[in-house]
Amino acid sequence: MSADLISKPTGKNASGRVYHRPEDDHHHAGGATMVGFFIYLMSDALIFASLFAAYGVLSRNYAGGPSPREIFELPLVALNTGLLLASSITFGIGMQAMVAGNVRGVIRWLIITGILGAAFVGVELHEFSGLIAEGATPQRSGFLSAFFTLVATHGTHVTFGIIWLVTLVFQLNKRGLTPDNTRRILCLSMFWHFLDIIWIGVFTFVYLFGAMR
Amino acid sequence: MSTSHHTPAGHGGAEHGNHGSKSSLWIGSILSIVLTVIPFWLAMSGATSAAAISAIFILAMVQIAVHVRYFLHIDSSTEGGWTFLAFIFTAIIVVITIIGSIWVMYHLNLNMMPMSIDEMRQM
Repeated sequence: MSADLISKPTGKNASGRVYHRPEDDHHHAGGATMVGFFIYLMSDALIFASLFAAYGVLSRNYAGGPSPREIFELPLVALNTGLLLASSITFGIGMQAMVAGNVRGVIRWLIITGILGAAFVGVELHEFSGLIAEGATPQRSGFLSAFFTLVATHGTHVTFGIIWLVTLVFQLNKRGLTPDNTRRILCLSMFWHFLDIIWIGVFTFVYLFGAMR
Repeated sequence: MSTSHHTPAGHGGAEHGNHGSKSSLWIGSILSIVLTVIPFWLAMSGATSAAAISAIFILAMVQIAVHVRYFLHIDSSTEGGWTFLAFIFTAIIVVITIIGSIWVMYHLNLNMMPMSIDEMRQM
């Protein structure tokens, strides 16, 4: 069965050897890579699930320290949520440009997405520095340890997403919409939308529920 | 695995719904903006009732479904159903991990010696 699957893409040689011509990949930008990358995202979702679980368990362990209602600033969180949601939409527009084969359009929308992502990380770091200045440090209580771990893990993912995005912009600028670059954009798009989905969980369960407690 | 997806089909991807159409992008965008604004409006207006919390919870679940459907483009036909299968499996594990941990640790807490805030401050 495996021989059957391997010989299928080329299909022309009887020896069973697999030859990859440059244009072969072009037929399916992604293929198994897309499924594989999605499996990675799902394993990442499990990491976030355990961090959410830890936060759920520790979210009331204040140890006499500040409670969520005292330290969370919802307008700042609303701004951050807006930035990340907008970046997801601009990435979607960039994908439309990719379907249309418009390299300049893809690069333009990727840069806008990257700026929105960087603004998100900037606002989050501003929030963290404000909290730490108030004495709400990660080591203050179980609640704050779990909070910083969960939110900073998400922020780190966004930061690496931005690094990936900048790399891709240079790649696109140099080589255009090659099959490799198309596959990379598809993967980054999944990664970026995935992080926005995680953020829905963060703003709902951490910030909104925390402020309503 | 479905081999039909591996047949050469021109510029692969678009046929498989990997990046979706313009209309699905805009439907997803409008839905997600609405589903974000309502819970923030509820929480910032000072609502703390159980009904408001339930509403925000349901809106979050709906928004996750909207993002998965319209931004990630995962449905039962994508990649021969493998991504959908992986997503459902992960969702089940996520629910077991989160609900299970909170449930177990809540009961563990109930069986612990109670501690006052003053005692905690001295720790």
